[in-house]
Amino acid sequence: MSSSSSVDVFRGAGVLTLLGILILRWGVSLHSYSGQKKPPMYGDYEAQRHWMEVTHNLPVKEWYFNTTNNDLLYWGLDYPPLTAYHSKLCGFIASQIDESFVALGTSRGFESYAHKLFMRWTVIFSDLLILIPSVWWYFVSRHKTSDDSSLVWIFLVLSHPGLLLIDHGHFQYNGISLGFTVAAAAAIFQNKKLLGSMLFVFALSFKQMSLYHAFPFFFYLLGDTLKGGILKGVPNLAAIAFVVLSTFALLWSPFLTEINQIKQVFVRLFPFARGVFEDKVSNVWCALNVLIKIKNLFKNEEMALMCLVSTLIVVLPSCLDILFRPNKKKFVYALINSGLTFFLFSYQVHEKSILLASIPVALALPSDPFLSMWFTTVSSFSMLPLLLKDGLLIPTVALSVFHIVATTLMVNVLASTSLKSNKSDNQNVTNFWWWAVFSLSMMGCAVLTLLTVAVKPPKHLPDLFPLLISVYSCIHFLGFLLYFNYKQFSLSGISLRQTVDEKKHK
Amino acid sequence: MFWSVVLLISCVKLLLIPAYRSTDFEVHRNWLAITHSLPVKKWYTESTSEWTLDYPPLFAWFEYFLSQIAQFFDPKMLIVTNLNYASPETILFQRLSVILADLMFAYGTRECCKYVTNSGLRKSSRWNFRWSSPSAMLQLLLLGNAGLFIVDHIHFQYNGFLYGIQLLSIAKILQGSYVAGAFWFAVLLNLKHIYAYVAPAYLVYLLRNYCFPNAPANASLKELHAHFSMKRFTELGCTVLGVFIVSFGPFLLMNEIGNVLGRLFPFKRGLSHAYWAPNFWALYNTADKFAAVAGQRYKLLNVSTNAAMTGGLVQEFEHSVLPSITPRMTFMLSLLSITPALVKLWLSPGNPLHFVRCLVLCAFGSFMFGWHVHEKAVLMLIIPLTVLAVVWRREAQIYLVLSTVGHYSLFPLLFTAFELPIKVLLLLINALYAFLNLSHLFALDKPAASWTLPLLNRTESLYLVGLLPLFLFEQVFHPALGLSDKFPFLPLMITSAYCAIGVLYCFVQYYWHFIGMSGSNHKRKTH
Repeated sequence: MSSSSSVDVFRGAGVLTLLGILILRWGVSLHSYSGQKKPPMYGDYEAQRHWMEVTHNLPVKEWYFNTTNNDLLYWGLDYPPLTAYHSKLCGFIASQIDESFVALGTSRGFESYAHKLFMRWTVIFSDLLILIPSVWWYFVSRHKTSDDSSLVWIFLVLSHPGLLLIDHGHFQYNGISLGFTVAAAAAIFQNKKLLGSMLFVFALSFKQMSLYHAFPFFFYLLGDTLKGGILKGVPNLAAIAFVVLSTFALLWSPFLTEINQIKQVFVRLFPFARGVFEDKVSNVWCALNVLIKIKNLFKNEEMALMCLVSTLIVVLPSCLDILFRPNKKKFVYALINSGLTFFLFSYQVHEKSILLASIPVALALPSDPFLSMWFTTVSSFSMLPLLLKDGLLIPTVALSVFHIVATTLMVNVLASTSLKSNKSDNQNVTNFWWWAVFSLSMMGCAVLTLLTVAVKPPKHLPDLFPLLISVYSCIHFLGFLLYFNYKQFSLSGISLRQTVDEKKHK
Repeated sequence: MFWSVVLLISCVKLLLIPAYRSTDFEVHRNWLAITHSLPVKKWYTESTSEWTLDYPPLFAWFEYFLSQIAQFFDPKMLIVTNLNYASPETILFQRLSVILADLMFAYGTRECCKYVTNSGLRKSSRWNFRWSSPSAMLQLLLLGNAGLFIVDHIHFQYNGFLYGIQLLSIAKILQGSYVAGAFWFAVLLNLKHIYAYVAPAYLVYLLRNYCFPNAPANASLKELHAHFSMKRFTELGCTVLGVFIVSFGPFLLMNEIGNVLGRLFPFKRGLSHAYWAPNFWALYNTADKFAAVAGQRYKLLNVSTNAAMTGGLVQEFEHSVLPSITPRMTFMLSLLSITPALVKLWLSPGNPLHFVRCLVLCAFGSFMFGWHVHEKAVLMLIIPLTVLAVVWRREAQIYLVLSTVGHYSLFPLLFTAFELPIKVLLLLINALYAFLNLSHLFALDKPAASWTLPLLNRTESLYLVGLLPLFLFEQVFHPALGLSDKFPFLPLMITSAYCAIGVLYCFVQYYWHFIGMSGSNHKRKTH
């Protein structure tokens, strides 16, 4: 086969991959969204629409303030400026299609076939512009050669059930901030540190939850820059600091004019008073709450301090490791560990924040396909109570099964076709004991799903099943946290390229 | 691997549950209700709903069987007077029933794949990887068929189940189990009688190959007579007749057979369906319209054509310039068009692939010239042709043109905004997969000429690429130019005429190809 035709085949298969992930997205889009036909507050769909309304109609100065035209108690804007700009852009497009989509005040709770279509398209376009190219870049740049295997990983990451369900079903734009994070990681893999830091600031400025990943980025950049000696590293570090600060300054400039504005934005971004967790979250505090009523026992301030201290203690080893032995393979695991630790231990956590751990886990698919698949499935399962409320049970089951089957099928096919397949990497896919444990875990998920759907909980315990799901998932996540920490430490500190270079020297 | 793929595709089908549903959804709900709550005697006389039961008895029993499960989802859907009832449970049940019934399609596909793998057709060391072998391609082309997704899982019907049985009967005949093949085809006929159109191929092939064993290809009548096996003939006849007796027997005993047949063959419909299927009559109708308009403008004709360009797509279609067509004429034309193929099949015994080819041509003939043909019937050509597409290069070429045009011609079935991206994505995925893999299979070492799609010639490529401007015209320019009010049916007419040209081209090419093929040697030489 000539090389040109193989490129053609690759290109064709690439388009096929793209079309495949698009049809899954559009399939989920057909389903209902959060708060559909549920006045007076509706759900995240209405929140996003309301932000479009507010940002489209009001001057920037009013966005984060409670004014006569901006009732912060009704889905007040509580994400950073980039989200607000995105809303403004979408709001403008909406106003061009139909003014009533975003009419100030009167459009509250606006729902229609055409509006749903518009909203779904905005998410698809955001994915096409940011998430999909980012993931593409991440895998193609990492594998250097454009072979089929990178397409397989791209397909599997972009068919992540949790992300599809939350963005295209429930309705949010997590793909944007996660896409920026993935792009930042991809840039760092190519030693484009300045670009990487800039992209990560974009992620931070879209969703403050991206802070879950701030430690690995900070420590990796610090460690890697200073690796060659402090004198050589400091100018580079200064350059990174400059890029970060100026990107921040640029993105946040409309709000940096008055102290009042800055203060108010931060009050909105970090709603301290909303407590340690909302609804039922699969993290440590919610699980502990089953045994001891920590919510009643401690004040919010005490709770926040406990969260801070425990998070820092748990995340510290991974951070120190990446600081002193920075390497690219470790970096992905550091992202996982930091994201997962923050989800499990930090203050004011939402169930959807598991995506911040789950997307880095998906990026680790090539080296850990089995564990990654397992984690992805459990992470979608942990959001089941929320997804059930949105009427998304069928796509949840469909996409989870799809993900498991697709991963095993494609990993097996890769293992059988690829001559240079790394045996040690795919070992645990075929290990019987791993499969037995995995099957048991999945059966647990299935039973809990069935119970939640079919059985009425006892009267004095209305939240029994959501709680069971939280605790069950939390146990999984703790186990995964241990595994991924172990995995990060067991990787040698020397980067791959260095080993190759050394071999060449010998 | 096979069942993994089936599972993956079923998951995508599950995602389509809340998609748009046509009135066929209500049709099948009504049939569930009729078979569940009425005695068998009344199945074919009940007429509360306008969607009366008009499939053969075995399909009614299939609905009866489904209704036994349906009652656990929502018993209210089983009330005959509960017209247009569509609770979430009803939707879930009906959609799930289609998805599960598709397991029959998966089974039929698997049997065909087994034949392709075991028969030694296109055996080559080139396909060391399981998933780029011809049978793996066949499996994905069939299971991922865009047309079935559109018609079954969005529009709503049970075609996958029926085509599964057809594929099974084809596979049985390919494998040499003639009686089993005949049995499954008889079952199919009693599920949906539209398959009677391809019955001549079965009849000729089974008669010639099973009832006249060992007769030489060019046998005279006398020789044939000498080889006739009464035992085999009886065996075959009893099998087919047995299925019909089980199906129609009860109605015969209850003296209901007249009502059943009256429902199965209503002759009150027009030449073309509301949206013209892309066949010969679509071109005929279009020519008639143009002639009428031209005649009016140049005052050449004195025809009352006030309805010609404004009303347009009514079912009872009276031609204004060209002679009107009667059912008898369409029947004769269909029969005439398939006769040479049947003769050829008779003269080339022992070649099961020729049977499939003739089957495709029979479906072609009835699709091109039949009375009141539905656009969905194009699947009757595409699905059997898929089996041949992975075997013979020329057939792959025709498959690529036909499947792309045929699936495109199903687009007007879905006209809602949410389903638009889905139908486009389905078609693109299907076509792209087929082009990539079939060209890989057949034209590996051949450099493609510039400006052509793989495996196709320049005209065919240009024609297929022309679907894009056609789509854009229909979606963007037609409404943008303000033609929607003046010529509301124009996009539909152009679509069916444009697609009809492609289908007609495939018909002629394929006929030519079949007639020119050698009779006996069905083993493919390595390309």
